[in-house]
Amino acid sequence: MKKSILSIATGVAAILAAGAASAGTLEDVKAKGFLQCGVSTGVAGFAFTDANGEWDGFDVTICRAVAAAVFGDPKAVKFTPTTGKTRFTALASGEIDMLARNTTWTFSRDADLKFTFTGVNFYDGQGFIVPKALGVSSAKELDGATICIQTGTTTELNLADYFRSNNMKYDPVPIETNAEAQQKYLANACDAYTTDASGLAATRSTFEKPGDHLILPEIISKEPLGPLVRHGDDQWADINRWVLNVLIIAEEKGLTKANVDKMAMGSDDPEVNRILGKEGEYSAMIGLEKDWAVNVIKTAGNYGEIYEKYLGVDTDIGLARGLNALWTDGGILYSPPFR
Amino acid sequence: MSIAAVEPSEERFRIGMLLTDTRYRSYTIQIFALFLLMLIFAWLFSNVVENFARLGKTFSFSFMLDPSSYDINQILWYDYTSRSPHWMAALVGISNTLLVALLGCITATVLGVVAGVLRLSKNWVVAKLMTVYIEVIRNIPVLIQILIVAAVINEALPAPNAFRGADPEATAMLGGALVLTNRGFYLAAPIFEDGFVSVFVVFLAMVVGSIVFGRWAHKQQEQTGTILPTFWIRLGIIAIPTLIVFYVMGSPMSWDIPELKGFNFRGGMFARDSLIALWFALSLYTGAFIAENVRAGIQAVSHGQTEAAYALGLRPGRTMQMVILPQALRVIIPPLISQYLNLTKNSSLAIAVGYMDATGTLGGITLNQTGREMESILLLMLFYLIG
Repeated sequence: MKKSILSIATGVAAILAAGAASAGTLEDVKAKGFLQCGVSTGVAGFAFTDANGEWDGFDVTICRAVAAAVFGDPKAVKFTPTTGKTRFTALASGEIDMLARNTTWTFSRDADLKFTFTGVNFYDGQGFIVPKALGVSSAKELDGATICIQTGTTTELNLADYFRSNNMKYDPVPIETNAEAQQKYLANACDAYTTDASGLAATRSTFEKPGDHLILPEIISKEPLGPLVRHGDDQWADINRWVLNVLIIAEEKGLTKANVDKMAMGSDDPEVNRILGKEGEYSAMIGLEKDWAVNVIKTAGNYGEIYEKYLGVDTDIGLARGLNALWTDGGILYSPPFR
Repeated sequence: MSIAAVEPSEERFRIGMLLTDTRYRSYTIQIFALFLLMLIFAWLFSNVVENFARLGKTFSFSFMLDPSSYDINQILWYDYTSRSPHWMAALVGISNTLLVALLGCITATVLGVVAGVLRLSKNWVVAKLMTVYIEVIRNIPVLIQILIVAAVINEALPAPNAFRGADPEATAMLGGALVLTNRGFYLAAPIFEDGFVSVFVVFLAMVVGSIVFGRWAHKQQEQTGTILPTFWIRLGIIAIPTLIVFYVMGSPMSWDIPELKGFNFRGGMFARDSLIALWFALSLYTGAFIAENVRAGIQAVSHGQTEAAYALGLRPGRTMQMVILPQALRVIIPPLISQYLNLTKNSSLAIAVGYMDATGTLGGITLNQTGREMESILLLMLFYLIG
């Protein structure tokens, strides 16, 4: 027993030591030659491996955009699949440089877990999915139900609060990954499955008969999902924050994957010129190459393009923009000005 | 060779002798090793302290007093809600670990003893069957076995919904007393009514009576050599008066039959799918190891013992029960304890099937929601170390 404690302690210490080693994440990443990005173990639309085994998806594109900003090469990323349970340890220990994994921005994750959320790339809320055959049309009717839930998530806490405040009982079935939850749910081992509504829509799209399942109208929480980095490296946080902001501004300014090269030659809009490195020394302030934003938009497209590609109404997932539309289009997506 | 010649009595101790003299060298090496070990521990400790400081984290267990904010699906006896503190969640998890460990140890022992004895059977088919069981199960990682059992329960058994309606797809067994669903097994639970106390008192008295009879029968056997069918007589002594009193008192017991209410069955005793999967898989796995311990124990008893017993006219069953097993136990018990410990430690795989054991609550959700990795893992290690 003594031996095993020693080995665990060694492991813990080694992990902590690795975390401490990173003084400047940007330098570390450049020295490594690639970005180590934490993503989920697989959620349709957000993070999945395509037919060639390449990672792809809405969250994955954020990682690729950061890699494009740092290296000019969206392929310079290595992905670490993380579960709801392992993601924070992986980030805190320095195993990954950033985490883009449907992670909800909360106070304690900010202040207590010592992470910096660099923005919100998806405004979400927690919902329930049930088989239509169950005959339930509202979450209020779920008293006594068995509910599958991903453990180690904010959804777990929201669920407890929701049922307690509505004076209802339920039987939680804690599950590690989305895939397991899906299997349990489809086997009818639980009546309902709860996670972020986007995740439910994504999961439903992979079902054999998506039409047999209903996402209940109740959204029981605010789940602003965003990428995050460790506390203590503001430069790295700024890079992540402004990669995301640039994607949003790009949509606002009509910069697309297709026209960004042309726009980089110079345009009438000073903000576009500032972003694309035509005006001012903005790239030096953040420690990146002059054309970093061009590379970001060239590889990822603007926010709207990414959304439509992976989650939009034309995809299997079929999520309308909703809250995630630009503020000018009735959503709440709003980036601070680039100046 | 005289002793005086070997004795270096006149020689003074020199510092070099710490290396050259075999009498002192072992001390030197040991002290050096100890020093090195302490240095490693000190390095680990300072590393932890330094990195905690660098991350701006403090080392404190006060989070254990905060509300846990999550629900646990299997609560044995605590009055636990999502408003209860983390330490209660940890206790719930610990009791769940102990429950599955206890159940697992019992069934693994029964399974192991039976399989171990049968593997030595003269019946070729039985012996080979047990060999296959032991060799196959021992060589498959227990995590996979747990997952397989859980998947079989989830996929093969009917959901509670299948029991619904006038012409249900699935029906309960034993007249509704046993319901097997893919969410767990429900068994009718007895409800004791007024007057059951007297039945219980009679039952206890008869148990004492049967023990007295057993002693008498034993003495009888020693004196006269006649062997009475003690099992049946003792069963009768216990059962017949108890049953008579039970009916005289007007059957003061009823059954709490599980019934489909809402989404799930309610009432009766409930063992959820994760508990069953974990329990079954751990029993099967550890049982295979125990079977090998039992076989080794039996083979450690000299064959002469069996021959001597046969020479005295004991039948094979009695030989095993009264001659071989008691002697084999001395060899069996020490590794058996170690198997029990293994089973308990393996039960930490529970989270794979969503069973909320200590690893799932304290080392899982509590750790994750509070971000207190070091504290939670230390407490968890302490629990497994003590337990």
